[in-house]
Amino acid sequence: MSLIIFLILFPLLPAIALLLFKSDVMRKVIVVVSVGMIAAGSISLAVAYINAGPVYFNVSPFASKLVTGGEIALALTFLFVCRTLPFRRYWIPLLVVVQYGAVIWFDATGRIPEVMDCLFIDNLSIIMCLIIGIVGGLITLYTVGYMRRYHEEHPGIPDRTNRFLAAIFLFFFAMYGIIFSNSLAWIYFFWEITTLCSFIMIGYSRTEEAVRNSFLALWMLLLGGLAFAGAILCAATWCGTIELARLLTTGGALVMLPVVLICFAGMNKAAQFPFSGWLLGAMVAPTPSSALLHSSTMVKAGVYICIRCAPVLHGTAAGHIVALLGGLTFLAGSAIAISQSDAKRVLAYSTVGNLGLIVLCAGVGSHLALWGAVLLVIFHALSKALMFLCVGTVDQQIGSRDIEDMRGLISRMPWVTIMMLVGMAGMFLAPFGMLISKWAVMEALAGKNPVLTLMVIFGGSLMLFFWSKWMGVLVGVDGRESSVEKNIGIAEWSTLSTLAALTVVVCALFPLIGIYLIEPMYGSDPLLSRGHILMLSILMGMIMLLPLGFIVHRKRLHYVEPYLGGANVASPHRFMGSLGKDREWSLGSYYLAGFFGEAKILAPANIAAIALMAVMLLIPVL
Amino acid sequence: MNAVTRSIAYIVLAPILGGLLAGLDRIITARMQGRYGPPVLQPFYDVLKLFEKENLMVNRFHGYYLVCYLAFLIASGALFFFGEDLLMVIFVFILADIFLVVAAYSTNSPYSFIGATRELLQMLAAEPMLLISAVSLYMVTGSFEVAGIAGSGKILILYLPGVFLGLVYVLTIKLRKSPFDLSTSHHAHQELVKGLTTEFAGPSLALVEIAHWYETVLLLGIVYLFFSFNPAVGVAAALLTYFAEILIDNTNARFKWQLTLKSAWLATVALGGVNLIVMYFIFVR
Repeated sequence: MSLIIFLILFPLLPAIALLLFKSDVMRKVIVVVSVGMIAAGSISLAVAYINAGPVYFNVSPFASKLVTGGEIALALTFLFVCRTLPFRRYWIPLLVVVQYGAVIWFDATGRIPEVMDCLFIDNLSIIMCLIIGIVGGLITLYTVGYMRRYHEEHPGIPDRTNRFLAAIFLFFFAMYGIIFSNSLAWIYFFWEITTLCSFIMIGYSRTEEAVRNSFLALWMLLLGGLAFAGAILCAATWCGTIELARLLTTGGALVMLPVVLICFAGMNKAAQFPFSGWLLGAMVAPTPSSALLHSSTMVKAGVYICIRCAPVLHGTAAGHIVALLGGLTFLAGSAIAISQSDAKRVLAYSTVGNLGLIVLCAGVGSHLALWGAVLLVIFHALSKALMFLCVGTVDQQIGSRDIEDMRGLISRMPWVTIMMLVGMAGMFLAPFGMLISKWAVMEALAGKNPVLTLMVIFGGSLMLFFWSKWMGVLVGVDGRESSVEKNIGIAEWSTLSTLAALTVVVCALFPLIGIYLIEPMYGSDPLLSRGHILMLSILMGMIMLLPLGFIVHRKRLHYVEPYLGGANVASPHRFMGSLGKDREWSLGSYYLAGFFGEAKILAPANIAAIALMAVMLLIPVL
Repeated sequence: MNAVTRSIAYIVLAPILGGLLAGLDRIITARMQGRYGPPVLQPFYDVLKLFEKENLMVNRFHGYYLVCYLAFLIASGALFFFGEDLLMVIFVFILADIFLVVAAYSTNSPYSFIGATRELLQMLAAEPMLLISAVSLYMVTGSFEVAGIAGSGKILILYLPGVFLGLVYVLTIKLRKSPFDLSTSHHAHQELVKGLTTEFAGPSLALVEIAHWYETVLLLGIVYLFFSFNPAVGVAAALLTYFAEILIDNTNARFKWQLTLKSAWLATVALGGVNLIVMYFIFVR
């Protein structure tokens, strides 16, 4: 138990230290040492508790008092950050007052039952803990180097790097709190801290857009908090317990309402439609924070809680609606991603879509579907962190994150591009992680629910389109500009290459993850039968051998310039136009805005999602 | 025949079979157009000649991507004839196709670029129906394994007529037959230079041709599954389907991509999706 308490509380130490010591050297030392401690702590925790089954820990009641105190402090902090808002947005502080007022009043009047086993750990917590500790840790290391360049390039923005890093460590504190808490009141406390952290990160640059988007995120996420507070009150009043584990094993109609409210909060945090707006708005923040929000923290807390609720949702009407909401988000998110040319927005919509797939699995709730969900969480965290950090690096090197400006990146930044290609392959190609997960999902759904199956199939095809389109832009050998791969710091390089290596290695080791971590939770999976593993290993081997082909030197090659209708002039980038003048040509990708533009899809998707959410909340009431 | 022999037979014989089919295709097409046509072995002569030509390269990558294209196409066919999971076969098939697209993109030539983008659009149009076929075959036979589906003994076409028609619709896209030969076409009058393959020359182009033969046999193998209750009927049905594709090829002009995408998805939902839902009510409920 001491390890768990260490992991939850330790990140507060560097967070405070970073606010006190502001020199460059101290910053590096503090970050490197604490990230090392957190990662080591996570791994040793995993080794100690692997397959121990759910283990519950009794914590002294004093800790619960501390959490209540923390909730009051948090409520005051929220009200404090709302002080700059104009009066007509009174409803944002009102959201805070209502939810905290209700919870604290219930607590003060003793209507919230005592929880003895406040902490617990099982394999799902271990998986989440490893993702947070390792992927999150790597992102934090990257942040130190990134922020220095960021401030060199944006002299107008005051340098508050230490506060940013402190927010990241606060995130660790909150995430470890969420995954190890068994008391809903505790989870709620940590839940709202992640809201506060993302508010701080999104508003980092304090430009008008950043401030606007940070408040957008604040009120949207506070809605989720409101639902969570509602879940606590319902559970306390009708179920007589606010212990997550007991709530989920009780069963019966009374449990449905709190569970549905928790799922609502989870989907809200996981940026499902109609709440996708806050995650897209979060793109104004410095890139490492996007990597953090998308891969190892924040949105993963949302899907984590949905996966936790899955046993109750399995086979119920509410579960079907949750699955439909996830399917809708997967479909619409993937479609909109096609029409985006800003790399970060493509990544954001692909996150929204992939999280939708995870929520879909949680809503279905069968063991096979949960298999798929957990695999998706793992692989998505790795690939998405890698993609965001690569895009951040490219942005700093070429000064743009528009996909059109990345044309021919393979000749300008070969190594970063190769890592991006690994990340993309990890997202949608066989035999990499996300595809294995999608395979598991499809086998879980086939024969269970044709509508969800169709959603997954169409969403997957849309996803294929925008990733390969982007790949195509990267690999085109243009040769117009020379290499710009210098000036990338050692911290960035090591983070990127570690993540790229992990993306591949974890895929290769996925049978082990399946056998040792997932199987004890959800039973064995036919995908892990030996024939399949053999087949996947052969494919993996073929992929691994790919780079060899580039080393082999081949003779008898005759290099020519691309065909330009026979009108090539001296340079390969110019041709003789019909008026007898030589002109430069350029290429542009298809974005199919007429089919998949935000303007076409966003509003109907949001309306459909709101309707589904209303039905979902009404079902348990009726 | 056991699984390993079948896979090896595919690797060795598929190009021969595919080449012969291509030769027949050219003769039948010629007769439909009132010409006499080339000898049936002409595709082999063409490929052999391509191998003797100089390998012109725009850069040092695209030839290699094409090797990967062929390798993964063979892998997916070998998995199919080994009797492996049909979904995985389709995923590897997609992977192979992505290598072809990447090869075309990497040349950075305007004509290849348009061809590659259109090939992606064709994939977007066709992929859902391929996967729906796998899922609906599972629904009727209870197995994703090709061996299990082929050995089920059921007359699958009777359960899945809609899925089969939808599959034939997208088969035209996958085989790049008119009206869906957007990415690259053998009808010169409707082609932008040579689309996807503009920059591939000599041995590289030969690889694309051979890959196409493998591809044809694999796709006809999926068609065969619907009639697998009787091997003779299955082979006849596959050949008949191929003849139908040739007929469609010669009686249609190229569609725009918008119409391709819309019509293919409409066919997918109306034929495949509806059939799938009906099967769900028959078999699962």
